[in-house]
Amino acid sequence: MKKVRIFWGTVAPLAAVVSSLLLVSVILILRGANPIDIFQVMISYGFDPRNLVSELNQTVSYYLAGVAAAIGFKMLLFNIGIDGQYRMGAFFGAVVGAAVSLPPVLHVLLIVITAMLAGGLWAAIAGYLKVRRGVSEVISNIMLNFIAAAIIAFLLGEDLLGILPEGSQNVQTKPIPLSGQMPTFKMFNGEIYSFIFVAIFVGIAYWIMLNKTVFGFNLRATGLSFRAARSSGVNAPGMIFITTVLSGAIAGLVGLGTLLSDTHSYSMAFPSGFAFTGLSLALLGRNHPVGIFFAAFLWSFLERAAPVLEYEGVPPEIVIVMQGTIVLSIVIAYEVVARINLGQQQRAVGKANVELVKESK
Amino acid sequence: MATESKLHVKKIGKATLLFKSPARITLMIAGLFFILALVESLTGATDISSPGTSGATLRFAIPLLMAGLGGLWAERAGVINIGLEGMMIVGTWTAAWFGYLHGPLMGFVAAAIFGLASGFFHAILTVKIGIDQAVSGLAINLIAAGGARYLSGVFFPPVGGDRTVSPPVDSFPTFTIPVIAPILESIDAQNIFFISNLAGILHGLTKEVSLVTIALLLLVPLTSWILWRSKFGLRMRFSGENPMAAESLGINVYRIRYIAISVSGMLASLGGAYLALVASSVYREGQTAGRGFIGLATVIFGNWKPGGVFAGSILFGFTDALRVRQSESVMSLIMVAGIVALVLSIFYSINRRWKPGLISGALALLAWWIHQRVDVIPQEFVTVFPNFATLIVLTFLAQRLTPPAMAGMPYRRGSE
Amino acid sequence: MGNILEVAGVEKKYPGVVANRDVSLLVREGSIHAIIGENGAGKSTLMKTLYGLIRPDAGSIKVFGNEVSLKSPQDAIALGIGMVHQHFKLADNATVLENVILGGEPSRFGFVIKYDEARKKLLEIAETYHLDIDPDESVANLGVGERQRVEIAKVLFRGAKILILDEPTAVLVPQEVTELFANLRDLVDKGLTVLFISHKLDEVLSIADDITIMRQGTTVATKKPADTNKKELAELMVGGELPKPIAGVLKISEKSILSIKDASYSRFDGREILHHLNLDLHGGEILGLAGVEGNGQSELIELIMGLLPATSGSVEVLGLDASTTPTKDIRNAGVAYIPQDRQRDGLLMSAPLWENRILGHQFATPMAKGMWVNKGAAAEDSKRVVEEFDVRTPGVNVLASALSGGNQQKFIVGRELSGDPKLIVAAQPTRGVDVGAQAIIWDHLMKARSAGAGVLLVSADLEELFSLSDRIAVIYGGSIVSILNPLKTTPEDLGLAMTGAKSA
Repeated sequence: MKKVRIFWGTVAPLAAVVSSLLLVSVILILRGANPIDIFQVMISYGFDPRNLVSELNQTVSYYLAGVAAAIGFKMLLFNIGIDGQYRMGAFFGAVVGAAVSLPPVLHVLLIVITAMLAGGLWAAIAGYLKVRRGVSEVISNIMLNFIAAAIIAFLLGEDLLGILPEGSQNVQTKPIPLSGQMPTFKMFNGEIYSFIFVAIFVGIAYWIMLNKTVFGFNLRATGLSFRAARSSGVNAPGMIFITTVLSGAIAGLVGLGTLLSDTHSYSMAFPSGFAFTGLSLALLGRNHPVGIFFAAFLWSFLERAAPVLEYEGVPPEIVIVMQGTIVLSIVIAYEVVARINLGQQQRAVGKANVELVKESK
Repeated sequence: MATESKLHVKKIGKATLLFKSPARITLMIAGLFFILALVESLTGATDISSPGTSGATLRFAIPLLMAGLGGLWAERAGVINIGLEGMMIVGTWTAAWFGYLHGPLMGFVAAAIFGLASGFFHAILTVKIGIDQAVSGLAINLIAAGGARYLSGVFFPPVGGDRTVSPPVDSFPTFTIPVIAPILESIDAQNIFFISNLAGILHGLTKEVSLVTIALLLLVPLTSWILWRSKFGLRMRFSGENPMAAESLGINVYRIRYIAISVSGMLASLGGAYLALVASSVYREGQTAGRGFIGLATVIFGNWKPGGVFAGSILFGFTDALRVRQSESVMSLIMVAGIVALVLSIFYSINRRWKPGLISGALALLAWWIHQRVDVIPQEFVTVFPNFATLIVLTFLAQRLTPPAMAGMPYRRGSE
Repeated sequence: MGNILEVAGVEKKYPGVVANRDVSLLVREGSIHAIIGENGAGKSTLMKTLYGLIRPDAGSIKVFGNEVSLKSPQDAIALGIGMVHQHFKLADNATVLENVILGGEPSRFGFVIKYDEARKKLLEIAETYHLDIDPDESVANLGVGERQRVEIAKVLFRGAKILILDEPTAVLVPQEVTELFANLRDLVDKGLTVLFISHKLDEVLSIADDITIMRQGTTVATKKPADTNKKELAELMVGGELPKPIAGVLKISEKSILSIKDASYSRFDGREILHHLNLDLHGGEILGLAGVEGNGQSELIELIMGLLPATSGSVEVLGLDASTTPTKDIRNAGVAYIPQDRQRDGLLMSAPLWENRILGHQFATPMAKGMWVNKGAAAEDSKRVVEEFDVRTPGVNVLASALSGGNQQKFIVGRELSGDPKLIVAAQPTRGVDVGAQAIIWDHLMKARSAGAGVLLVSADLEELFSLSDRIAVIYGGSIVSILNPLKTTPEDLGLAMTGAKSA
């Protein structure tokens, strides 16, 4: 049984990627380009050590966004608010980090905790609205994303928490002193954020929590069947709220890799779009920490290798089309696979016995 | 993704009593203008009722209106269309490209057709294959954004644009309503209290109007008519309220949703087309700037009625227009809001409804405090006002709103 | 007046169960014809067949003397058969008129609805049949009785000549019942025919012109009210001999397991479901709860499990106040729960069996060790449950949804009975289970009883109730109306109590 599950578990994502490749190949052929050549160029460029480094660093943020989304998905929550939560986390992490001075490890810890708190609290607004007022978390989170961006943009105004350093166009927060920075380590001739270990830890913790703890069991149960969970003694509405906050807290960590090892301050140049990415990655990785990692890497790889396509005369944006179609095919594939899987299991059960059933209705 | 059951007790919502009849609404609008005129003459900030502002408001409001109507059509049929933003992008791109090739009218036609197709695609994913509505919307947003960027890179550079901006498109001819516009202009110039303010606003609406604007505005009463007077509209409403009931009476809910979601895409797309062809004359990357999502907000704000969506988009368009206006105008607006809150507070208190009375009283005080202490409202807050307003509405008025009962819930034929 | 409806020899089988067998019915035109029977008698199946929702495997149906084949509700409607469902199919956010005409809107060019014409027609119908409805009222503002009138108007609008009403009085208060019956009389006076399903003998005797009794899937007899009485009807409904308890008499312990005093429960919309209910259960006994579905059993169970709070009165479970104690604490105190709806409340359908073993027991050992789930113990014990309760499955990693209903039930029972619970709340514990496994489950329930546990057995299966229970409480209209001794109860006693008659 287990082997069967693993098989089907990998078939869907693979099918998605393959069908997306086919679609892109068609588009390329229509433009007179040779898909094989193009893919070869992308692969050799993408796996070039210099690029691998930045891909891995990018993977750190994407991975955390994916895990945050996955936590939500396990509870059937669509956390599109990751954008706002990530910004809150990164911003307040940066501000608090720059405002204090503590011994090195504690300093970093404080930043991390602040970021998680900020993201979690921001998510709590949507969580509260959902549990107490029945408001769809999708709508409230979309609104909250915009509001978060506005609040931060306002706070970054020069008189408040932002400064404009020499020679820079971007307003940013005060820089975090050395004790609040995280080192990088050398690999592939480049510098990789040590935050990657935190990310991996988060992934492992997520998986352990979900599958080994009672809390995780309750979380999954509430997502699988609200009523059954409730009957079994789980405080189902409470679970929904906690899950929202937890997802937000993880989302708050998304920007920390860059913050702690690279920029050491928050500015408006920090990227956006993590909500869509995170949700896509969670879907692609089937909410599994390893799957999400591969998906995150794939995404980073595609984005990093995209510019090289220009030299081949292909607009690099085709990569975005690839990403979109992957998401779509994944979702369709899951529907199909889930039905096949269930059918198989039912047949196995049927074969194992013949029964006489007396039903009283 | 929706959870199975309501987690809280939801009393049957009644739309706010205030908006009971057309006569009342007219009275309230008149009262609002009166207060506006008062404030303007006191502060000397005449910008709010200037023709420039009302014209800008309309220009900003139409795309929001279209997105809102798009959201309305889908939600009334039971589907929350998260992909509105993507469908709007489809509209901006196709309108700019086909407008460049064959003139602005063809641009609109193209946007309508492609919008319809994107809506239909969304419908197949959610109705036929049964994918979660939010996920499908998400995918469409991604594909539309990526597709637009990709196609821009392919088509625009050779003809004078670049990968983020299309070549300029001819704009629609505009005209000024004869006879009426000049009269309004002269009344405005005379600075008579209240009458001139009104004239100023109306003048802005009657000069340099394009036919397209009028045509799109007509979609509001048209939608209203379809929803409440036509067979299709009735069935569509039931698809969103109680699809099982509809199904039990022989109605093909799936087919209705196909149509409604396709139209939803078309409307959002037309909103995008307006952005590209009328509000500006190019396609620009990022042009939609989240308007598709604001469209969803106007649906909530408007309590799922076309008139409400219209009001919401005017309000949000207005705040959008304010961004480029003098900051005194914003202040005046706060004063107006404060006075309105005060009036409401008195009204509620007279009727012994203490809680709303207290809340509006507090708001009036807040407006007063802001007016005294703050010089300039930060730009960012003005921009994000629609989002904030929607959140407030959701938080405090959720019980009184009347969304279609089954909107957003997955529905499979034959389920009880 | 001839027979408007003639049903002969109708049969309907499902895998493993015969829902309708040799059903015959003659309905006179212009009469009110009641169909009575207890749960599982086959009434619903017959009604669905008449309305075209189900196709019979055998037999014939004649309407106005013509044999018909009903393939869908549309066919039934076309023939003049209209169904007023027990669960209303109305949209709150629309008017009465809109709800009535949906799907049958009078229109111009097939597009524009002619509201004036529709309104006129509806008002005519309302006038003719004395239905008090306002076409432009929003359904959200209507009470239950009014909503039912709208449903009736719906079928009349489509030209129904035969109205089928499914348990119409189940949701009505006495005042509304009187109004409904007056309406039905009006309908019949105008030449329509009414067919209604009920289990309430008092009502049926007062309103019906003919009464057909169904039992175990077939029509047993048809009587006129004047020719019969409650006793006879009750006996026909329930059958001849009642089974005798199989366990011996045990000494019931002093320990109070369940003590419910004067408990009432009102739903969020104000409707009182339980009225001043009193119930006591001690260790060492099996208390059966008999009653037709819809009389408050589900709510009572949820009150005991701490899932709903009582609006007044007290519910004490193993010394804990069920209205304020969280469900998980109630469970941990030693309460087992076999829910009525196994798929929605008892299982995580898309999870494997071993995880389902944990469900309900995740807050204590052995399924959990502190905050950690004990997968090993769960898998082990799942295997034990599968063995002991004869659950047919190739393994414990199979998803719950892959098992048949009967096997799912066996697993749930096995899970709940493990760990020596002190109180077992069992709702329909052997529904869908084969005879052999049923015996196993009964055996376990009785063992628990011998070990001093208290069992609340809610069941529609009279054989089960009478074989196992030491006492049988009968619930009707949200209160306990009598407590019966299974050794001394006659079918009439039971039938009368279940259908609300205070005395024979």
